[in-house]
Amino acid sequence: MGIPLLSVIGALGIGSLLLAAFGANPFVGYREMFLGGFGDIDAIADTLVKSIPLLLVGVGICLAFRTGVVNIGGEGQILAGAILSTLAALAIPNTPRVFLVPILLIVGGLGGAIWGAIPGALKAYVGVNEILSTIMMNIVAGHLLSFLLEGLIIEPGEIRIQQTKRLTENSDIPLLPGGTRLHFGIIVAVFVAVVAYVVLKRTTLGMRLRAVGHNQDAARYAGMSVQNNIVLALALSGACAGVAGALLVFGSESHRLIGEGGAAAFTQSAGFNGIVAALFGGLNPLLTIPASFLFGGMLIGGIEMQRAVQVPSALIIALNGIVVIFVVSSFRLKRKLEQAMTSSDRDRA
Amino acid sequence: MWSEFFTVSSLVVVLASTIRLATPFLFASLGETLGQRSGVLNLGIEGVMLIGAFSSYYAASKTGSPWMGVLAALVTGCVMGLLYAFVTLVLHAEQGISGIGVFLLGLGLTDVLFQRWVGTPIPIDGLDPWNIPFLADIPTVGEIFFQHNPLVYLSVLLVVVATVVINRTTFGLNIRAVGEAPDAADTLGISVNRTRLFTILIGNCMAGLAGAALVLPFGTFQQNLTSGRGFIAVALVYFGAWRPIGAFAGSLLFGFVLAVVNQFGALGIVSGATSSLTAMAPAILTIVVLAIVSRRIGQPAALSKPFDRNG
Repeated sequence: MGIPLLSVIGALGIGSLLLAAFGANPFVGYREMFLGGFGDIDAIADTLVKSIPLLLVGVGICLAFRTGVVNIGGEGQILAGAILSTLAALAIPNTPRVFLVPILLIVGGLGGAIWGAIPGALKAYVGVNEILSTIMMNIVAGHLLSFLLEGLIIEPGEIRIQQTKRLTENSDIPLLPGGTRLHFGIIVAVFVAVVAYVVLKRTTLGMRLRAVGHNQDAARYAGMSVQNNIVLALALSGACAGVAGALLVFGSESHRLIGEGGAAAFTQSAGFNGIVAALFGGLNPLLTIPASFLFGGMLIGGIEMQRAVQVPSALIIALNGIVVIFVVSSFRLKRKLEQAMTSSDRDRA
Repeated sequence: MWSEFFTVSSLVVVLASTIRLATPFLFASLGETLGQRSGVLNLGIEGVMLIGAFSSYYAASKTGSPWMGVLAALVTGCVMGLLYAFVTLVLHAEQGISGIGVFLLGLGLTDVLFQRWVGTPIPIDGLDPWNIPFLADIPTVGEIFFQHNPLVYLSVLLVVVATVVINRTTFGLNIRAVGEAPDAADTLGISVNRTRLFTILIGNCMAGLAGAALVLPFGTFQQNLTSGRGFIAVALVYFGAWRPIGAFAGSLLFGFVLAVVNQFGALGIVSGATSSLTAMAPAILTIVVLAIVSRRIGQPAALSKPFDRNG
């Protein structure tokens, strides 16, 4: 965790310069951010809720990146999962809650998986650069959301807000005891992270994914289908994001799919921020759990910071960008350091 | 309604705005072409375009001169270029993911600065069109080609300049050499990293200009103004087979699609929910285009591979 932690500290350092440049006191800003994200039981609960989509997207990113596929399509996959599960909830509202909630999560995962498998197949069988195609799939999904919410599934009535009606109560994700906003989704997300870790580490499927990520020629020579594994990795990656999309709908306080304010307002940019969490967790699903908690806290705390020092919370997005740049920049530095250490060990011996 | 679309005056509007809307794509994809020919993939130009767009808006609104906006976009583009050069050439960062970092930085930073320094968007005086003497007076043709703002002419001129530089100058030879065979180029005494530094700086300045070209003719800025145009510009480099003239053709294609979508909206051919479907067109077209050209050979051999003399 050494270098990622230094990256965050470095990014916060640059952030404090920006805060100071805006005439805000960085210490006050960061204190409010910390208290806002981790200050009391309600803050921690809100941070955990915020970290659910980050963790799910982040786990998906781990699966894709470890297979050597860059999935920037989390935003679109969240939307696809949210849309498909919302359609399902509208279609079968009378299904009992114990069945409906798991069904909706699976349908959400399916939506995300489809949205991930398309660029996956395009990469595997046609050779389309997946970074560009997943970004384009994000844009398509955003327009699909507003297409549906401008007509087909808009709340009936006079007021034309881009949102569905309040979805059936049978689809509500149960709240956890304690009187906070924290809901069952956090358990789903942690469970998915643990499963992904076990799959990557202990199963032949995970071994194949990692083999393709490590050396495609060797994997092919060993008889694996590189193409199928690439499609699978992006589909699984998308499925994780799709589950996050379903949780964002049915775990929300409004219990609606809302497109008003744009697609990024619904996804909370978790499709991008999840990448940051995964990189911070060293592409390990288990370490992505605390990483998502940290970044969830920064995002929740950013709102408090905005209130206290009047610097827009979009600053956190910029800082996340700096974290990404720092983390990917530090790989060579780390390798050089390791080389230097091992050679000095050798000299001593 | 369709009959209104196929009138001369409507088609002239579409073709003229095709050229105008192609300009941001063209600046960005020309710069990216240069960078990729030297072996550097820069996915961050979306973020640099946002920064260029905001800085040109801000400078133009503070000084009242759109040309100061152009200058500001060039300067901030250059600064982002220095950052990206340091990250890729010195630290050898993975070029795909670091580009996403630059995008997030640009997205967040411009949002913060816009909310903090501008607040409510006030339209600024944009660049006035330059009517080319005599040519602009030709009926129809003049309206389509010769009544544009200066950045449009500049972008087309740069297609010629970039082609000549890449194919006919020593600098262009060096660019191609370090993009195809950096080790051999290094042996011949060509500095790989210095050549790439120049292409990165030029590419980022042009991404900044692309941002200015999104803002200055229209006079407004908003959060995430580029909405994927920078990423499309990267795709256009593949479409254009790493040649400036190809990037030009691709930019015109996307300019045309946007112009048709706009005209459909203006004539009321599409409205409400349907306009969300037509708005998907550029993104879907990008995927289709990438699928068609993906088997294209001729990608610079050393693309996105950092150069390290010691291997």
